[in-house]
Amino acid sequence: MCLAVPMKVIEIEGPMAQVEESGVRRSARVDLVEGIKVGDYVIVHAGIAIDRLEPEEAAETLKLFAELFPSEMGAVEADGAAGRAEKS
Amino acid sequence: MGRAERGAGRVSEDRVLLAHGDGGELMAELIERVFVSRLGTGDPPGDDSARLEASGRLAFTTDAFVVDPIFFPGGDIGKLAVCGTVNDLAAAGARPLALSAGFILEEGLLFSDLERVVDSMAAAARESGTRVICGDTKVVPRGGADQIYITTSGVGEVPAGVEVSGAGARPGDVVIVSGSLGDHGLAVLSRREGLEFESPIVSDCAPLAGLVGELLAACSGVHVLRDPTRGGLATVLNEIASQSQATIELEESAVPVGESVAAACELLGLDPLYAANEGKMVVVIPEPEAEAALSALRRHPLGEQASAIGRVLEGGEPRGGEPPGGEARVLLRTVLGTHRILDRHVGEQMPRIC
Amino acid sequence: MEQLAALRNPELVRRLAQELRGLAVPAATLMEVCGTHTVAIARHGLREALPDGVRLIAGPGCPVCVTPQEEIDWFLALGGLEGVTLATFGDMVRVPGSERSLEQARAEGAEVLVVYSPMDAVEAAARRPERQVVFFGIGFETTAPAVALAVMEARDRGLRNFSVLCAHKLIPPAMMALLESEIAVDGFICPGHVSVIIGSQAYLPVSRRGKPCVVTGFEAVDVLRAVQMLLTQIIEGRSEVEVEYRRAVRPQGNIKAQEALARTFRVVDARWRGLGEIPGSGYELAEEFAEFDATKRFDIELPPAKEPVGCRCGDVLRGAIEPSECGLFGKACTPRNPVGACMVSSEGACQAHYRYRGTSWDVRNEEQDG
Repeated sequence: MCLAVPMKVIEIEGPMAQVEESGVRRSARVDLVEGIKVGDYVIVHAGIAIDRLEPEEAAETLKLFAELFPSEMGAVEADGAAGRAEKS
Repeated sequence: MGRAERGAGRVSEDRVLLAHGDGGELMAELIERVFVSRLGTGDPPGDDSARLEASGRLAFTTDAFVVDPIFFPGGDIGKLAVCGTVNDLAAAGARPLALSAGFILEEGLLFSDLERVVDSMAAAARESGTRVICGDTKVVPRGGADQIYITTSGVGEVPAGVEVSGAGARPGDVVIVSGSLGDHGLAVLSRREGLEFESPIVSDCAPLAGLVGELLAACSGVHVLRDPTRGGLATVLNEIASQSQATIELEESAVPVGESVAAACELLGLDPLYAANEGKMVVVIPEPEAEAALSALRRHPLGEQASAIGRVLEGGEPRGGEPPGGEARVLLRTVLGTHRILDRHVGEQMPRIC
Repeated sequence: MEQLAALRNPELVRRLAQELRGLAVPAATLMEVCGTHTVAIARHGLREALPDGVRLIAGPGCPVCVTPQEEIDWFLALGGLEGVTLATFGDMVRVPGSERSLEQARAEGAEVLVVYSPMDAVEAAARRPERQVVFFGIGFETTAPAVALAVMEARDRGLRNFSVLCAHKLIPPAMMALLESEIAVDGFICPGHVSVIIGSQAYLPVSRRGKPCVVTGFEAVDVLRAVQMLLTQIIEGRSEVEVEYRRAVRPQGNIKAQEALARTFRVVDARWRGLGEIPGSGYELAEEFAEFDATKRFDIELPPAKEPVGCRCGDVLRGAIEPSECGLFGKACTPRNPVGACMVSSEGACQAHYRYRGTSWDVRNEEQDG
């Protein structure tokens, strides 16, 4: 029911924005997201952004996993993909 | 462009008319100006049938092309038609000898579009080292076809000692794919009406005779070659598994999918394992030759991302018997190490919200 | 987003799965409400990662599946009218009505436009003023805002040839209705994106009835963590609403989206396939937008809807039976020849069970795996 994809806001013009993910671009309505700005990540469903995705919260989730599974998160850091996750 | 003058038979309209298909002077002009000038004459010129010299075993294939839109990033229906047929021949291990091309043109088709399509065919044929040596054209009233439909047939020569067949997969064989999946399917979808998004996804449409030639020169024991066109990798593996009465295990994390293709698939709710490819080959080869096969493919520009993605399993029965719906022919091993069954796809791949 | 790539790390997924299997828990039945969760679970083979005694059952979270037959029939009947273009999400195309599906209606001459967004349907109406474009408004609270925006857009542009068959359904009332029924569920995996809109607080009535709720996302890691959090609540005797999907879900949800919904729709009683009529569980276009309501614009008389004989989609949707317990499953009813909506829809529990059916195939390289 909820196929939605995180995408980055590249350009905003009125209620519409250009959003992008891994080189794929689409236009999406962003007027339902409070305080939307270029550089924000949004979740896009059926052509509209249903809300913002919070990188800080995502980092918190990763941090939690790092506390639970330090050795696996070590592997993650080696990838360079979890810059903000701190090892406890 | 001036108006046509009857009797002078000059093809100066900018659109294809019904009269261009009626066998008369306008049609002769069309054939000469559009087809012969680009594809060359038949062999012998002017005859109803072309003649070929061939020795040894022949491979023979036919395909119809109805792609919409006719122009897409990375190619068009003409390039697709030639490559599609050349690749079917390559999947038999055959070197293409000659192609035929039948055209159904919709009344109103722009000449500039038609010429562009035929230019692509000529270029693709040249790249494959072959020619279109016979053909036919019909024009149908507006609405009777979607701009242009092309049917191509191809004849190829199978070198001595080459025995590839869908029924040839054997337990222990390695499954290789020559490159990333889903590029063509997503490139076409990205242009089709209603899915307007800019993406750098380009069709992988390409003739593979050269790539296959390199592979067969380096490896003597190739069992199966198949190009994963409509229905994608999953469909082709199901066909091979069924023909060979074997079970294939695919490693999900090993299947190469471009970043943009993966992102586009997520956005649309599509699965890259089912998306069409027009410039890739699946290779099933005994384990001892797998490395050599990968090296040979990777040396070629069209096989740089060749990857081993699975294997043909040793015999065995699933614990707990057959699942409902019949035999499990193709299994996907997920990132978690769990397995699920990969069926053929049913129905069109359409954008979803769910 | 780089953090998302990190969340997909296979090592992390495997480790979490291992943790979960090692958990000593009492037997428990958890329900995933959202169809996208059903698919995620099936696709990653997550059932095999569950501790013994823990069962996952699919709930009524597939918008296609819960749309009752009469609504589908009504939409199909419109396609037979002169000058009507039916616009729909791809999900609905193969769903069988009483007589035929949209796919079959198209083959018979109905004009069908498959769209990714309801905005595309509005554009189609603007481009072709000679057609009446009717959009099938299915979906839950995740999708209804897009339809709200589309209706407002049509109004602002003064379009006279766009309308919506409003069939939206609401999740929390359905969950409450399930609690009333005899289905024994010990906890809920709550839908991630519905919750982005309505907020996690929307599930408090459920947790106050003693059923723990965890709102989670769609990565394997998200779902596994949610199961872990639910089982932990059960072991500790708690019943709360917890949010795993913190990167997207807030307690109060998306206020702006909720305002758009309140302006465009009013809440009505609605019929769900399998659950019957649930009070306050659906949307109808508000008075202000009544001109865009297809049921008011078109007059259709239909014979009563016919459910296919032997189809148990209703029982599957309630979580009363597993798909394999339906007599038609895998025999008369397959993805190739679907009898009911649960097999047609890519998120239907039956299709998920069939297409992604796990197997305990004894494979050599299980040993290779770390």
